[in-house]
Amino acid sequence: MEAIILQILNGLDKGSAYALIALGLTLIFGTLGVVNFAHGALFMMGAFCAVTFSNLLTLSYQSPEPTGTDFLGNPSYDDLFYVQQWFGEAAGAWMMDWAVPLSILFAIPVMISIGVIMERGLIKHFYKRPHADQILVTFGLAIVLQEVIKYYYGANPIPTPAPEVFRGSFDFGAALGFDPNVIIYPYWRLVYFGFAAIIIAAVFAFLQFTTFGMVVRAGMADRETVGLLGINIDRRFTIMFGIAAAVAGLAGVMYTPINSPNYHMGMDFLVLSFVVVVVGGMGSLPGAVLAGFLLGILESLASMSAVIDLIPGINQVIIYLVAIIILLTRPRGLMGRKGVMEE
Amino acid sequence: MFGLEKKDLRLLMFVAGLTLLAPFLLNPFPEGSAMAQFNAGYPDLMQRFVIFGIFAIGFNILFGLTGYLSFGHAAFLGVGSYSAMWMFKLFGMNVIPALGLAIAMSGLFAIVIGYVSLRRSGIYFSILTLAFAMMSYALAYSVLATDMDGPDKQGLLQKGLTGGETGLQLTLQDPRILGAQTTESGNIPVPSLFGVEMRSATELNLGDWVFTFSAGYYFSGVIMLLAFYLSIRIFRSPFGMMLRAVKSNQQRLTYTGLNPKPYTLAAFVISGMYAGLAGGLMAAMDPLAGPERMFWTASGEVVLMTILGGAGTLIGPVLGAGAIKYMENILSKINSDILHTWFAFLPDGLENLIVGMIYPFIGKGWHLTLGIIFMLVVIFLPGGLVEGSQRIGRMFKRKQADDDKPTATTEPAE
Repeated sequence: MEAIILQILNGLDKGSAYALIALGLTLIFGTLGVVNFAHGALFMMGAFCAVTFSNLLTLSYQSPEPTGTDFLGNPSYDDLFYVQQWFGEAAGAWMMDWAVPLSILFAIPVMISIGVIMERGLIKHFYKRPHADQILVTFGLAIVLQEVIKYYYGANPIPTPAPEVFRGSFDFGAALGFDPNVIIYPYWRLVYFGFAAIIIAAVFAFLQFTTFGMVVRAGMADRETVGLLGINIDRRFTIMFGIAAAVAGLAGVMYTPINSPNYHMGMDFLVLSFVVVVVGGMGSLPGAVLAGFLLGILESLASMSAVIDLIPGINQVIIYLVAIIILLTRPRGLMGRKGVMEE
Repeated sequence: MFGLEKKDLRLLMFVAGLTLLAPFLLNPFPEGSAMAQFNAGYPDLMQRFVIFGIFAIGFNILFGLTGYLSFGHAAFLGVGSYSAMWMFKLFGMNVIPALGLAIAMSGLFAIVIGYVSLRRSGIYFSILTLAFAMMSYALAYSVLATDMDGPDKQGLLQKGLTGGETGLQLTLQDPRILGAQTTESGNIPVPSLFGVEMRSATELNLGDWVFTFSAGYYFSGVIMLLAFYLSIRIFRSPFGMMLRAVKSNQQRLTYTGLNPKPYTLAAFVISGMYAGLAGGLMAAMDPLAGPERMFWTASGEVVLMTILGGAGTLIGPVLGAGAIKYMENILSKINSDILHTWFAFLPDGLENLIVGMIYPFIGKGWHLTLGIIFMLVVIFLPGGLVEGSQRIGRMFKRKQADDDKPTATTEPAE
């Protein structure tokens, strides 16, 4: 029982990442009808926004220390951080500690503008082309983005720690009445899950309760009619692309303390996210979220030692196996809408 | 001849000429000169050109003709490599049975995967093939690499069917029933064709030039020519017409009372067998098979090759495979020192500027160049390099026609 709870918890954070990326993919697909293979790259760019921002916060200069000399007798230097100079000692230290959550503020405008530039500069020209062309050009774009990041940040993972407060682990077992130290769960993963839930809720609320969201939903249902009503639907869809990019980027920002970002992390997530989207049903937002969490938890459950002993290797293939079964038995995925991407 | 039209025969002869003369054509710069690093005429790389050419030709039969975009073709490449390795381990180092088993096994895999995946089309088909390939990768990496008959068993299945992360390798203990278990000097024998070792090569020195003729290259080259010939025949056959019909309008095909499924499945299996053949050849050239050959990036690579060269054209995939492998092996070798020697004639500041501008695109950054070229091709030249060269050719023809006209009109005035 404890093991099952632990694995469900472990599945939640991976599931949150899948759900967030799949949500963005579905937003793009549902609005613009474009299959965006560069979405994993956007996730990766978000993670590197966090890296860049924490690098910026820890910019320092050296100043000579008047009293001290090092062991060779040379005058020694102190590293002085600009943030501490500007905002005061304590506030500066706090900002450096909270670099990852603070990068959200930095990542949102950056990711939205990357998304808008991508849509206006490239994807706009591919609406009329077949899906295969869209896949190929975004695949090429993903390679380019990935290599640019590799050029500037190198090929090695860059550790980006969470704030001090969240570095410990939470003893779930004790809280739920089991033996202590059985179900231990890092705080940051809880934060990640909560963050993902908030983002997902915000996206849904935005689409459901604002006029802008209403127009976008109308455009998803019937683009032409909305256009005929005199609404500039293209502009709204461009903004939705920016939002989808920001969702992927934020998923990346908050994921950095869980896994140190490297340049190919996006591709690793992309393949699985596509499986998630297809399982959830192309174009269905709730389906993407549901399938994201479902597959994340299934993957963790399958890596329990009891299950692996029973069917060796199941943890490696479970997601693909489920995807194949669902695609063959439920052609539209779990919650796919009628008439979207059907043969 | 060969049942081909004149135009196709010319193309086949052209490719045959290129393949046979490749050791000369790819070695245009004398040994030791500054340009020698652009020489691609060494056996290892030439073998890769033709083997990936076969892989891409096969992929093109599926994608170019039917329009089904498979993102899991590397699975068949891996299956072919593993089967060939097992043939080397069990029966002997002759490459013919190894390639036979590689083709047969990948064909069987393709029947199963194709039968299931082809129930869907479009992006769903891509995801299904991707899922199958990733499953094969994961299985080859982990489960199939554990010994199935207890840890104390010696020899063959010591590391399972696939050998896991390190890959499947030849050992001295392999039975090799039909061939020698070891060479006379006690080493592991190398793959051969009736006694001609794949690694054997002769060198020809002409002045400063050194040309290498390797048995392995010519063997794979001949096989690629056969594969190319077969693909021309498929393209021109009624079967090929049916596949094109599937691409242009599957619904209309069904309405006329034809079932597209057997045709697409046949195309899928044929292209899977091509991939298996390529995988088997890879194992024959370098007896080693690892799971990374099945990873989805390997599938993505063949997609890149086919699109870059021109999907649906005969020669495109071969060109694309050559271009990408050339970039991977030659462009990636250039480093900043070499760039500095090239631009040494410029004033220092300008030299540094130019080197700094070029540097991100070469060496380790060759993927960036590949990505940019690929995007440009998809955006501006959906027909790939082949369409590009056709456009350039047409431009010249038009120019010539324009040039001809005035001379024709001026002549009578003489």
